[in-house]
Amino acid sequence: MAHTEAEVLAGLAELVNEETGIATDLVQPEKSFTDDLDIDSISMMTIVVNAEDKFDVKIPDEEVTNLVTVKDAVDFIVGAQG
Amino acid sequence: MTELRVAETHRYSKIYSLGASRGNLAVSNDEIAGPIDSSDEWIRQRTGVITRARASDDQTLASMAVEAGKEAIERAGIKPEQIDLVIVSTISFPYATPSAATLIAAELGIPDAAAYDISAACAGYCYGIAQADSMIRSGLCEYALVIGAERLSDFIDPTDRTISFLLGDGAGAAIVGPSETPGISQSVWGSDGTKWDKVGMTGSILEFKEGGSWPTLVQEGRTVFRWAVWEMVKAAKEALDTAGISVNDLSALVTHQANMRIIDEFAKQLELPDSVVVARDIETTGNTSAASIPLAMHRILQEKQVSSGGLALQIGFGAGLAYAAQVVVLP
Repeated sequence: MAHTEAEVLAGLAELVNEETGIATDLVQPEKSFTDDLDIDSISMMTIVVNAEDKFDVKIPDEEVTNLVTVKDAVDFIVGAQG
Repeated sequence: MTELRVAETHRYSKIYSLGASRGNLAVSNDEIAGPIDSSDEWIRQRTGVITRARASDDQTLASMAVEAGKEAIERAGIKPEQIDLVIVSTISFPYATPSAATLIAAELGIPDAAAYDISAACAGYCYGIAQADSMIRSGLCEYALVIGAERLSDFIDPTDRTISFLLGDGAGAAIVGPSETPGISQSVWGSDGTKWDKVGMTGSILEFKEGGSWPTLVQEGRTVFRWAVWEMVKAAKEALDTAGISVNDLSALVTHQANMRIIDEFAKQLELPDSVVVARDIETTGNTSAASIPLAMHRILQEKQVSSGGLALQIGFGAGLAYAAQVVVLP
């Protein structure tokens, strides 16, 4: 079953929290993963792989560089859902 | 027709001993942070490296390999002339031909051994162990010297933020020989050439000849990290299954020392019990490609973190992309 935008945002916030300890309420759509949340490339890939499992989507490596903000990731995941 | 005579086979092989040689220079993060606009804290946090061992001017790839090989031979209690196979895994020997292996064999006083180099980068030592195990069991060879040796500092770009700052120099050696009991499990190995360009040199020596830059090492970190953890954990589990054991039977996990974050995530994904020692030689040696696994195993034995006779899962993975894993009885 497809997840709504709100569900993806909440789920993504949980994954960010698990990987980095950043509070879930700080993971807002306009935040940049690198500039605002200070997430490095290795943590980002861990979050991406966990998001693939959680939302049953594929996020190709070349796509990850385009996921600058949390909204970018939410939009991609919502769009990639079967 | 007369039947051909073939060699007597050995049922099993094992690692008899290890030897190690590291670069003499302990290069700190502060010494290399400037050109990559970084800091000691940033490098430690992202890679776990505190110092990397780099070769002094008088240390060549071959001299480090000879030092490691000599120790392994002495510890094995065999004579150099009993060795009939020398395999050197390296990506940094500066001659395409002849091989490093024949030079190293000669310097160690090993006469008339089959000797050759293999190019499987960070998987190379485990490729070498797979070959030695197979050839000894087939009866083709009796005692093999397997060496992973690198002088990667010859192929680094001080301004590269992808891999150069992780790299170190060294050599690790193992003597493999026949055994009454299983000492090396069947290897799990393979490659994915569709990712050929994800780790490797910036260019070829032909491009350098035409006026291009000296080739240095570079990687696409995200792709390599994903493959090195999630794909390689599958290979590690297959190696355990093939050996007929579980993580609970292990004394140690010795992965290629690529990056502490990869090692930590690997151990987490493998769901290792706390009793398993995870080799973390990268902290003070850096990433030494083919040398990293024997160096890391040598260290945990030397520091008595593990005992001889325990089981270790060793897995190498890197440029190619290529990988190999096996469970070994610690020498």
